[in-house]
Amino acid sequence: MASAPSKLYADDVSLVVVLLDTNPFFWSSSSLSFLQFLSHVLSFLNSILTLNQLNQVVVIATGYNSCDYIFDSSLDLKRSLENGRMPVMCSSLLQKLEEFSFKDEQLSKEEPEGRIKCSLLSGSLSMALCYIQRVFRSGALHPHPRILCLQGSPDGPEQYVAIMNAIFSAQRSVVPIDSCYMGAQNSAFLQQASYITGGVHHKPQNLDGLFQYLMTIFAADLHSRSFLHLPKPVGVDFRASCFCHKNTIDMGYICSVCLSIFCKHHKKCSTCGSVFGQAQSEAASASDKKRKTPET
Amino acid sequence: MNNGGGKRINGGTEEDDDEDDVNGDLDAWERTYTDERSWESLQEDESGLLRPIDNKALYHSQYRRRLRSLSSIATAARIQKGLIRYLYVVIDLSRAASEMDFRPSRIAVIAKHVEAFIREFFDQNPLSQVGLVTIKDGVAYCLTDLGGSPESHIKALMNKLECSGDSSLQNALDLIDGYLNQIPSYGHREVLILYSALSTCDPGDIMETIQKCKKSKIRCSVIGLAAEMFICKHLCQETGGIYTVALDESHFKELILEHAPPPPAIAEFAIANLIKMGFPQRAAEGSMSICSCHKEAKVGAGYTCPRCKARVCELPTECCICGLTLVSSPHLARSYHHLFPIAPFDEVPPSHLNDPNNKLQRNCFGCQQSLLNPGNKPGLFVVCPNCKRRFCLDCDIYIHESLHNCPGCESFRHSKPVISNEE
Repeated sequence: MASAPSKLYADDVSLVVVLLDTNPFFWSSSSLSFLQFLSHVLSFLNSILTLNQLNQVVVIATGYNSCDYIFDSSLDLKRSLENGRMPVMCSSLLQKLEEFSFKDEQLSKEEPEGRIKCSLLSGSLSMALCYIQRVFRSGALHPHPRILCLQGSPDGPEQYVAIMNAIFSAQRSVVPIDSCYMGAQNSAFLQQASYITGGVHHKPQNLDGLFQYLMTIFAADLHSRSFLHLPKPVGVDFRASCFCHKNTIDMGYICSVCLSIFCKHHKKCSTCGSVFGQAQSEAASASDKKRKTPET
Repeated sequence: MNNGGGKRINGGTEEDDDEDDVNGDLDAWERTYTDERSWESLQEDESGLLRPIDNKALYHSQYRRRLRSLSSIATAARIQKGLIRYLYVVIDLSRAASEMDFRPSRIAVIAKHVEAFIREFFDQNPLSQVGLVTIKDGVAYCLTDLGGSPESHIKALMNKLECSGDSSLQNALDLIDGYLNQIPSYGHREVLILYSALSTCDPGDIMETIQKCKKSKIRCSVIGLAAEMFICKHLCQETGGIYTVALDESHFKELILEHAPPPPAIAEFAIANLIKMGFPQRAAEGSMSICSCHKEAKVGAGYTCPRCKARVCELPTECCICGLTLVSSPHLARSYHHLFPIAPFDEVPPSHLNDPNNKLQRNCFGCQQSLLNPGNKPGLFVVCPNCKRRFCLDCDIYIHESLHNCPGCESFRHSKPVISNEE
């Protein structure tokens, strides 16, 4: 049902959904301040809108406690015709962003701190995909959508299933997820997201030149990409981590009922409660070369 | 002979067939109207005026019905699903399959939708395997062995679409029973039969074969293209499968795609077990080695089996040297949404939108579309029971059928019931 409809629009018209990481815990520790980051991003968004007058930009803020739409060029451009284009776009975005971070901060006061300071990437990714489906529904004439994650916070392990669901849904509707990661260690989620959906993943070496990276790598429309030499994915790690100890493993045991991953042989599946014990003896008689007795 | 005559008599009772017979005498311009059935997309309103049917509401109610029937099965706290499936698709290539009551012919329609089904099947069940069997001239042939590559099945099928002779259920079931007895005990054995004929020409007693299938725990499902047959119904009842008969092409498509998501597991059908699997790493770019699957020297792009260090070209697969099942973590992750489904959203009557205390959210939380109909009349919308966010009907369908995440729950730190289950 989520297949991409035929594309009659000119092939260089893009819809870029930008997911902006506003996690205060990350930005307070980053070498690039949030204000500098915003000025890079605003110039980048302006450039995309000027590359083609049909281009469209949507910005979703990925906060620590919530996510929300903060800018949609298809709504704001109508107003901007009255009083000069660029300043209106920036001011409306900044105003919405301020409201958003205020609300986001208020939510966090109710909660004890601790744990990994990740932002809610799964939420903003899901919202972006819903928005893109609406664009697909709008008829045969629509811009080519893509998602750009500007992320700095570390991965949140509890979001794994949700992010993977979003990635597969994006893959099915042929929406590439580009990612630009500004944090310390590289993000395994975003590497996988870009690899699976055919997007570009990049981790800039020098954050002072962020605008340059954004322009050269992420500004080109999907059609022009085939003519460019973009960064190739290097060493995406597809190894799994076991559910029992969260270790990354080369070989492991999978529960045949729920596909939980374990590093050692267990008697009972901790996820779905299936009992494995008696199966071993019974199955040994079957002609099954794949079954292994537990290695201790 | 008998078969063809029976079909004609039976076909006359169906609306579709009636038209086909008439179609012979129609002019070309008349035929386009008959094919399109444009009058069916109109309905009368209260004052007797004609207006187009509101398709959106119709689609949505259909989808709700589907969702409800699924969730009624899933009410048990820990539902088990057969995620590792070994499925044989049986395609009836007897004389009856060349009938033209489906356009352009039954077999063309079957081939088209089997292709879509195989792709959808592997998308939803990445660790499962499919094999193809055809019945022709009363004999069953195995077209492709069980395998995990959709392309090879589709290619094999497209080359073999001639129809002739009679059909034999017993021969097909006997053949498949032999193959499925060799698969590991944790796998779910399934057969999906696409049956065009109205008879079966068997060498022996088919009831014995059905009992044999039941004993081997093979779940047999049949989709008929002609009329309901007792023997098919009996087979499905005995083995726990589903028997359906397609009314027209779109109905057939719906019915076949219903078999793509994993069925609820029946405890005694497959024995729970731990399967040893390897998670190979991608070989370094530019390194050269001989792959064990095609026996060719290849540069870069490949995976190394963690146990025997043999090189394979793609995942998921089975190592040709040591037999270890090789997968990557995304393959497993693709199946998790079957295990942690999101709750169905609650429908809300439009009048609630005008409540003074409910003024907060007037746009769909997912796509920002206004929930008001044109002319500021409140439209139908749904609410997530966990996060209380409001969604439009289109997002509701997308979220439950493709995304499998609630954007509202995901973008709020506290309410994450789906994820917390997993830990």
